[in-house]
Amino acid sequence: MDFDLLVNAIIAGLLLGGFYAAVTAGISISFGMLDIVNIAHPAFILLGSYITYIVNVSLGIDPIIASILVLPAFYALGAVVYQVYYLAFEKRGQEALRGLAFFFGVLFVTEVILLLLFGVDYRSVNAPYIGPSVSLGAMEFPLRLLVPFLVSAVMFVALQIFLSRTFIGRAVMAVSQDPMALRLMAVDPTRIKRIAFGISIATASLAGAFLIIIQPVIPSVGRDYIGRIFAICVLGGLGSLPGTVIAALLLGVIESFTATFYGPSWAPAVSFGILLLTLAVRPSGLLGR
Amino acid sequence: MRTPFFVIIQIAVGLALYLLFATYGNDYWFYAGYTVLQYIVLATAWNILGGYCGYVNFGSAAFFALGAYSSVFFYNIGQSLDELFSESTAALLSHIFPIPVPILILIGGAVAGLVGLGTGYLTLRLRGVFFAIATLALAVVIETLVVNWQFVGGSRGAYVIPAAEIPVFGPYIQYLFALMIVLVIVALTCARLIERSRLGYGFATIRDDELAAEACGVPTLRLKLIATVLSGALMGMAGAPFPFFIGYVEPGSAFNLSYAVNSIAMPMIGGTTSWVGPLIGAILLGTLQQLATVTISSVVNLLIVGLLLIGFVIVAPNGIVGLWQDWVGKKSKRFGS
Repeated sequence: MDFDLLVNAIIAGLLLGGFYAAVTAGISISFGMLDIVNIAHPAFILLGSYITYIVNVSLGIDPIIASILVLPAFYALGAVVYQVYYLAFEKRGQEALRGLAFFFGVLFVTEVILLLLFGVDYRSVNAPYIGPSVSLGAMEFPLRLLVPFLVSAVMFVALQIFLSRTFIGRAVMAVSQDPMALRLMAVDPTRIKRIAFGISIATASLAGAFLIIIQPVIPSVGRDYIGRIFAICVLGGLGSLPGTVIAALLLGVIESFTATFYGPSWAPAVSFGILLLTLAVRPSGLLGR
Repeated sequence: MRTPFFVIIQIAVGLALYLLFATYGNDYWFYAGYTVLQYIVLATAWNILGGYCGYVNFGSAAFFALGAYSSVFFYNIGQSLDELFSESTAALLSHIFPIPVPILILIGGAVAGLVGLGTGYLTLRLRGVFFAIATLALAVVIETLVVNWQFVGGSRGAYVIPAAEIPVFGPYIQYLFALMIVLVIVALTCARLIERSRLGYGFATIRDDELAAEACGVPTLRLKLIATVLSGALMGMAGAPFPFFIGYVEPGSAFNLSYAVNSIAMPMIGGTTSWVGPLIGAILLGTLQQLATVTISSVVNLLIVGLLLIGFVIVAPNGIVGLWQDWVGKKSKRFGS
């Protein structure tokens, strides 16, 4: 086996893994911590990609900065979606069947609307770091992967600090386990969930910018990520951010190996294999409790 | 109504429909009718697991495509007997091939049922959500397998050319239409039988409170597996004649997300508690889509289906059947606070 090829496959996998971690962060919060099975998350990521695309093409703003600018809007969107979800399903105790169908409908409708607006052409953004790469000996670091990797790392550190150090963050970690205890602490569980869900959708804005930096985007690309993000989320142990990062890096490397040595058309099957294996062998994931 | 009587009524309605189309309609009626009938089977199949057990299957397209591609597989074997086998075996096999469509339907059902069993066995022991996620990913993976499998056409797709005419029925589409009517009868009878049997009550306990059911001695895993296999097999059966209907199958059309969306939306809009719901939902949405596809556009009609799904799950959780029951006031529907 070619040594250089091996090293570069590992590097590409790790960088890809950093991106996957950012894509999964939102699901780790909503599914892992809040018990809201938001299968529409890839649709929100794609929405982030297209908004980044519009801002980048019309105003020439850097895609990552553009996505940070629209973060508040995504937070608000998340809060609204949660409010609807809460009133229509959680309050009536029907989240299992109808809540899932609701998010599936949102996923589908978003995709179709994007399809109607943008068609099936591939869209991409412009930024100085798309294209060149830094080499270190035999190792190649493509900047279009390295930049999202670094920003994603910053985002994870910030999220982890927020969740473990602030009062609201701790309340988020507690809300799905014991909402009654939160009430006794004079905290409204619904408000906490709304905030947390808003944050989870806000991460989709950044993840969307990463996605369109890494690859050109069409409306149906979101579906490819459903398997991946849930595989990572489950493998990492639901609701554990460090677990999510480890699982994402692992999946990135395995996928990169598969693509390098077997061909890229097999890569989508990897995540499903991992998902099934995890569910069959260790459903609590790597760092799950 | 006794079951034999129910079947006779269905046969009578099916026959009347067929004769009506054959006398007054043209080929387009049969094509459009076939699509609607196919959706009735898919919606009813989905409802056996989704409506009765409360387990959401997002992978209808995968099960459907499994049926379609098992047909393509056997069709391709029949086309290239001489290359695949020695002369004597080929001569022997040429008595069997081409396999008639009804047999292919059974094969497609068996394949899809087996895949349902495997997926279910790995994921149904856990929380219901995991099964839903697994089915979502299943569609992507089976599509990947098919794209990489050159024998069934890979990403290029495969041509399946049916005979232009067939004895008794005339045009091939009329034959497929008749087969689909039979499938609808099988699916509806199945669903109605389940609803009124021990099995159905078992399913209902799982839907309402799985933990309590388990504690009362209901074999929940076995029941869930039965529901998954039945539902998957019916979806596979609905997919098996698809290559002959459309003539050219490629992964994009066989795994189309609209199958997954429609097979969820139709029972949800019709009502999930009885066999009537998916039937009403499928007839309404299926016909609406046939009209919208020819008059507006096929993308817009998908948007309509998605919005209807969201609207109904929020506003009318029990679908049209639920609205009707509320309106008539026969049954007072109450939900846990």
